[in-house]
Amino acid sequence: MATTNGAVENGQPDRKPPALPRPIRNLEVKFTKALSFQKLDGHIPRARDALSSGFHTGVWGECALTCPAGARLLCFDPIRCRLACFLGNVIKMVSTSSFPERASFPIFINNEWHESKSGKKFATYNPSTLEKICEVEEGDKPDVDKAVEAAQAAFQRGSPWRRLDALSRGRLLHQLADLVERDRAVLATLETMDSGKPFLHAFFIDLEGCIKTLRYFAGWADKIQGRTIPTDDNVVCFTRHEPVGVCGAITPWNFPLLMLVWKLAPALCCGNTVVVKPAEQTPLTALYLGSLIKEVGFPPGVVNIVPGFGPTAGAAISSHPQISKIAFTGSTEVGKLVKEASSQSNLKRVTLELGGKNPCIVCADADLDLAVECAHQGVFFNQGQCCTAASRVFVEEQVYADFVRRSVEYAKKRPVGDPFDVRTEQGPQIDQKQFNKILDLIDSGKEEGAKLECGGSAMEDRGLFIKPTVFSEVTDTMRIAREEIFGPVQPILKFKSIEEVIKRANSLEYGLTAAVFTKNLDKALKLASALEAGTVWINCYNALYAQAPFGGFKMSGNGRELGEYALTEYTEVKTVTIKLDDKNP
Amino acid sequence: MSSSQPDIPAPLTNLKFQYTKIFINNEWHDSVSGKKFPVFNPATEEKLCEVEEGDKEDVNKAVAAARQAFQLGSPWRTMDASERGRLLYKLADLVERDRLILATMESMNGGKLFSNAYLMDLGGCLKTLRYCAGWADKIQGRTIPSDGNFFTYTRHEPVGVCGQILPWNFPLLMFLWKIAPALSCGNTVVVKPAEQTPLSALHVATLIKEAGFPPGVVNIVPGYGPTAGAAISSHMDIDKVAFTGSTEVGKLIKEAAGKSNLKRVTLELGGKSPFIVFADADLETALEVTHQALFYHQGQCCVAASRLFVEESIYDEFVRRSVERAKKYVLGNPLTPGVSQGPQIDKEQYEKILDLIESGKKEGAKLECGGGPWGNKGYFIQPTVFSNVSDEMRIAKEEIFGPVQQIMKFKSLDDVIKRANNTTYGLSAGIFTKDLDKAITVSAALQSGTVWVNCYSVVSPQCPFGGFKMSGNGREM
Repeated sequence: MATTNGAVENGQPDRKPPALPRPIRNLEVKFTKALSFQKLDGHIPRARDALSSGFHTGVWGECALTCPAGARLLCFDPIRCRLACFLGNVIKMVSTSSFPERASFPIFINNEWHESKSGKKFATYNPSTLEKICEVEEGDKPDVDKAVEAAQAAFQRGSPWRRLDALSRGRLLHQLADLVERDRAVLATLETMDSGKPFLHAFFIDLEGCIKTLRYFAGWADKIQGRTIPTDDNVVCFTRHEPVGVCGAITPWNFPLLMLVWKLAPALCCGNTVVVKPAEQTPLTALYLGSLIKEVGFPPGVVNIVPGFGPTAGAAISSHPQISKIAFTGSTEVGKLVKEASSQSNLKRVTLELGGKNPCIVCADADLDLAVECAHQGVFFNQGQCCTAASRVFVEEQVYADFVRRSVEYAKKRPVGDPFDVRTEQGPQIDQKQFNKILDLIDSGKEEGAKLECGGSAMEDRGLFIKPTVFSEVTDTMRIAREEIFGPVQPILKFKSIEEVIKRANSLEYGLTAAVFTKNLDKALKLASALEAGTVWINCYNALYAQAPFGGFKMSGNGRELGEYALTEYTEVKTVTIKLDDKNP
Repeated sequence: MSSSQPDIPAPLTNLKFQYTKIFINNEWHDSVSGKKFPVFNPATEEKLCEVEEGDKEDVNKAVAAARQAFQLGSPWRTMDASERGRLLYKLADLVERDRLILATMESMNGGKLFSNAYLMDLGGCLKTLRYCAGWADKIQGRTIPSDGNFFTYTRHEPVGVCGQILPWNFPLLMFLWKIAPALSCGNTVVVKPAEQTPLSALHVATLIKEAGFPPGVVNIVPGYGPTAGAAISSHMDIDKVAFTGSTEVGKLIKEAAGKSNLKRVTLELGGKSPFIVFADADLETALEVTHQALFYHQGQCCVAASRLFVEESIYDEFVRRSVERAKKYVLGNPLTPGVSQGPQIDKEQYEKILDLIESGKKEGAKLECGGGPWGNKGYFIQPTVFSNVSDEMRIAKEEIFGPVQQIMKFKSLDDVIKRANNTTYGLSAGIFTKDLDKAITVSAALQSGTVWVNCYSVVSPQCPFGGFKMSGNGREM
């Protein structure tokens, strides 16, 4: 008999897969500010307290999404959100009406919601339908300044955040994970609406990664240890691993929430405060996370979220003199600008996770079924919009023809369509600009003499959808073999010897990931050490774990995210040396 | 913030002891022999309940279950490390849910002040579980640049079936100190709680099952040392044994491990911990801290600061004020609010302590206060302070494990270091000084697994704990 906690009577963990989640339909996203009920002095009640004491006590949070009668309600207030999503009720809004309803999402600073200083807003679109979802307050330099000020205040010596026990920091991250898990369906729905990724991918991959990453770093919070060092002379020497300070984070649109959590979790785990700019294409899940951060009880100013554009808000963060560290995930081109701005301002620490043109090497002795499938998923996953995309598949001569044939079969079967449809594997590209760039590269492939095996154009009847495309007979000099495509395009190249493929795989300025398919132990380890890449997957692909570091060699990045290695990016080492009268043995 | 202590509720008045059997394979078993043993409330000497008495046969059953759960390919061995961590987190949440039940139990069965049980013991339990939960997926091997055409890496693998024998002074906390790291690393365990205090561990057994640990991962066999305990220490299929208790029994366990299968042994044993107060210390704080360092939980702590060395120039005042402080105790039932000292755990301990107090009087120490039993039922002893204690007296050499404070005088730093180290024990030590040099120099000079400076008994799951010399082998936490 199953118990409520998922254990069954004999104590075996309940391994049944969860029921297929359902997205939240008919979502009209509209923002309402301040529905307050008997405001308790500065105290935000826990969701369960408010629930148990009825609807009319407690603070309803400052912002909510509303919807017309009959449709599902999605709101930024997690309490109501849970009721709406999980009980299927539509709750009558009782507003004190002291604040006008607005149609745009606000900026999150100091655990409060703000309008942009300029009064400007920008629209965020659903790339599947090209419809506007809603408007968002557009942050710029003055808003970033405000956020940095809040983050600095929260980081002051003696502040609640700085005085918090490390173990309690970990607890907060854990509780945040619990809330993300509670609101998983909401977040996955928002992610799909805003980015076009298939809902089930958002639910099972993005959200799973978020929850695991939060829990992993929650555990590190009280395990970040300095050392005592046996120095010469009459001194005692020890190190303290201290937080860096205010950390800026600029996140991409391909895994909006996951990439934010990759930055937020280690930063908070180490005791930093953060100012985040989510990508302008996909700001919604980050803002929703803001409401959870507040609900969980992080002190004000610890996390601040300023939606906006790269050249304005992003540039303000990279060049801000009071930001001590910046983490950016995005293109190599912008990564260079971020590092340059850091140097020109205050030499802030920089970690970059940039582009890739990742080799996937298939040796003739490999399990070909596995290799074909992994290479296929490796390049087509998330509409090809992955920095890890396997966009140079090198296949050993003997199995080349077979590999190409089977890859084409796979690509032709890939279901493209509405990302809310459970059968869909591929949704739309993120925006017109990316769409155009991908089609341009596809054309270059055709022009430069690669053999188009399938796809090669947009879907005729829809907006930003591109047919899964496979090119064979690709050579190293073609643009599709050198440039990051970030789309559903698989270029397949041929190789003859291991030494040759190592040289070719390493010939680019990128070095993010590489994959090897072989059953031979020597070959596997030889390639693993020879490839110039931050990650090498052997007989697998996109095997990313919170426990294992991730980042790039060469121009694919600086520094590492995830794993214990991430902690070094978010801590400063302080060496304390104390002179003594005598030598201590 | 969230590090603040919770409010203390009233203890439960209608606590039932429903878990009194042997816990093997997530199921409750009667003892093979059919025997039971009584469990008492040391404040009233009343019997609380009877518990199934485990012996060799029951230990064998438990080890077989633990071995089965540890088999390659078992649910436990194939579980993701992060999932092991999740289960420990879940267990912490369940312990937090049942905090009041467990604290009441600990107080009734262990004679422990309810407020201490609720805040300190249970607080420590939660932190220990959550701390070790976080380690589960962070136990990393290394890749090693070996010479030649070789590729080398290390794997940090669980040891196997771990036997764990617990003391009665912090029954639940020591239970979790043992199982949390063992489970975090992926081992399976067979635990014998102390015969005086088996109840809280058995309650947590139900939570272990509820959290979803696979059967056989945690097995609990209540029973006595010479029977069940000996069966664990000499078992041929137990890979490691961890024991917290007396140095005398610790030696037996290591011997049994040697004679059987060379199982790994960690021991956390007795102490005769020095506390050194320099004349430059903040006297007010030093008085309270040295007092608590000895009298906390009726002196029944392995870290009890039972040799208090005070610098000559402040000695007389320090003694006078220590006696004043010791006289403030209110003895009584530890569940009653306002009571500040409970009973000793049992008759044997009670008599041993009274015998040592008598030896102190006979050997010429000056009895400043206390010095005898209190009340007419329960194992209560008056808070006792001896001054003019010299190093060769029994009360300055033997572990008393009771509310008896020895205050000695010292003149020089070198002298006090020598005297502090002149013992076979080396568990913990305290220093009170405002002088940076003295603090660091004495910390380095003391032969002790833990040194506390201007504080005492600050035990947290992040910091290792264990003894030098005959106070133990290995480290916990």
